[in-house]
Amino acid sequence: MNLNYLDFEQPIADLQQKIEELRFATAGSEVNLTEEISRLQSKSEELTRRIFSQLNPWQVAQLARHPQRPYALDYIKTLFTEFEELHGDRHYMDDPAIVGGMARLDGRAVMVIGQQKGRDAKERVYRNFGMPMPEGYRKALRLMQMAERFNLPVITFIDTPGAFPGISAEERNQSEAIARNLFELSKLRTPVLATVTGEGGSGGALAIGVADHVMMLQHSIYSVISPEGCASILFKSASRASEAAEAMRMTAKDLYEFKLIDEIIPEPLGGAHRDYTTTMASVKNRLVANLERLRAQPMTKLLADRYQRLMSYGAYETKH
Amino acid sequence: MSWLDKIAGSQLLTYGVRKHNVPEGLWVKCDGCGSVLYRAELERTLEVCPKCSAHRPIPARARLNQLLDAEGREEIAKHLAPADPLKFKDSRKYTDRIKEAQADTDEKDALVVMRGRIMELPVVVSVFEFGFMGGSMGSVVGEKFVHGANAAFEAGLPYVCFSASGGARMQESLFSLMQMAKTSAALARLSDRGLPFISVLTHPTMGGVSASLAMLGDVIIAEPRALIGFAGPRVIEQTVRQKLPEGFQRAEFLLEHGAIDMIVDRRELREKIHRLLAMMTHWAPSPKA
Repeated sequence: MNLNYLDFEQPIADLQQKIEELRFATAGSEVNLTEEISRLQSKSEELTRRIFSQLNPWQVAQLARHPQRPYALDYIKTLFTEFEELHGDRHYMDDPAIVGGMARLDGRAVMVIGQQKGRDAKERVYRNFGMPMPEGYRKALRLMQMAERFNLPVITFIDTPGAFPGISAEERNQSEAIARNLFELSKLRTPVLATVTGEGGSGGALAIGVADHVMMLQHSIYSVISPEGCASILFKSASRASEAAEAMRMTAKDLYEFKLIDEIIPEPLGGAHRDYTTTMASVKNRLVANLERLRAQPMTKLLADRYQRLMSYGAYETKH
Repeated sequence: MSWLDKIAGSQLLTYGVRKHNVPEGLWVKCDGCGSVLYRAELERTLEVCPKCSAHRPIPARARLNQLLDAEGREEIAKHLAPADPLKFKDSRKYTDRIKEAQADTDEKDALVVMRGRIMELPVVVSVFEFGFMGGSMGSVVGEKFVHGANAAFEAGLPYVCFSASGGARMQESLFSLMQMAKTSAALARLSDRGLPFISVLTHPTMGGVSASLAMLGDVIIAEPRALIGFAGPRVIEQTVRQKLPEGFQRAEFLLEHGAIDMIVDRRELREKIHRLLAMMTHWAPSPKA
């Protein structure tokens, strides 16, 4: 089992290993295996294409949570220049699970905010696995309102399992912190652009997700509760998470069809983590294009459209 | 164990959920103190135990009857009914759960909205029906709440909401999550017009309802002992692996932590809301002819 690959990718991992072995054998040997290697290489690509063309929602969820997937700070440091991180909610603490600050995108000043997961064990704990505390949402709100004051568009990167279910988070009223962000974002007088890059987990995600344009990376997920949470409550067992993932229709493709998100950003073959350069280029391209479009709109239209989009969410019937 | 039990414990399911199974007896046992109470007296005390003041859950329409003047009530958006956009099925189909909840409660979904008067003062009021799938918020609840907010907006009236909910409705997944943003946006519009919103938190107010409309009141009132929070106590206990402090996430705990304005006994709620709204809207009774 190769840990760089998910279980459903193991056939690809096996082929890749064979290719590596051949390369090793070729080095310093008389036998020329170049042809055989390139044959296997194209076979591996073909296999990857086939596996990735029929991913089920649970497999997509695993990709969305892949430990090598680009995180908010990867996007911020690659796509933006002059990032100046701003800290703290000015009341209680700085929450490392949400990062934010001013930066330039293609030379233009913006406010950027995102949930941040950790890469190694130590950082994961420091970032609380990307689960914000109330102070994280309040820091985000402070930065959003500052952005409004200084006429900076807001760009958010969503990647969180959800709000943190802890005693202190409840003591400091995380419900209010999330609610306040929804309330204020709905009328914030500056363009807001949100991108789900990995996990869009429930209220913790939505707290920085009310926007004029919502995008999702191809293999990201967005739902009201984690598949495990849904499974343990409705399916009576957390181990049935794959069924819950299926039932909740949490993939970018489904949510785009429901018109609950506005755009899907395609990922390179094998997922965002296999090719950072291509991923970064696609995301930057869509951010710049959408920002230009949103900036061109008069504020009254921007706000009216945002409100109308929020009001359009829902599926119901009329029965007498 | 049902998902509601998991969130808030089985003591919640004491009324209405299976109304045809609950005998209409003359005597009722109080869940708080165990006293055996006379049914007719409980009705006079608005389902509050006269011995220990435990507040028993009540259906949405009973709440509206307690609150609104008998004259001039008008129900808003009463024809809205749930759809099943995801074709959701777990151990049972969502559509079957809807049918059962509708049969049990005589409601189409988990929110009832009315325009009316509280001691002559005109208002719009929304009330969650906890007996309908745990008062969970899906598309219909969100849309009806917005209809209520819009009615208040257009008529320049204050808005009052009584919440009782396990949170967002999982069977509508992201549609449900988006109702949090939708209801909050409608309240922001109301607020910008200078119209008051009073949020009354009743047992229980959890999850996505707590983290949206319920915590956005200009004034937030809770009934005594109501369970209020974002994450359910069981989930928190599993995450932090320690015993939760006594009274955690109860109304009294929230008052102490500065999350709500006041705790009001149900028997005093009507006058309290009237008094607050009269000040907030500079209302005075019209002189009798």
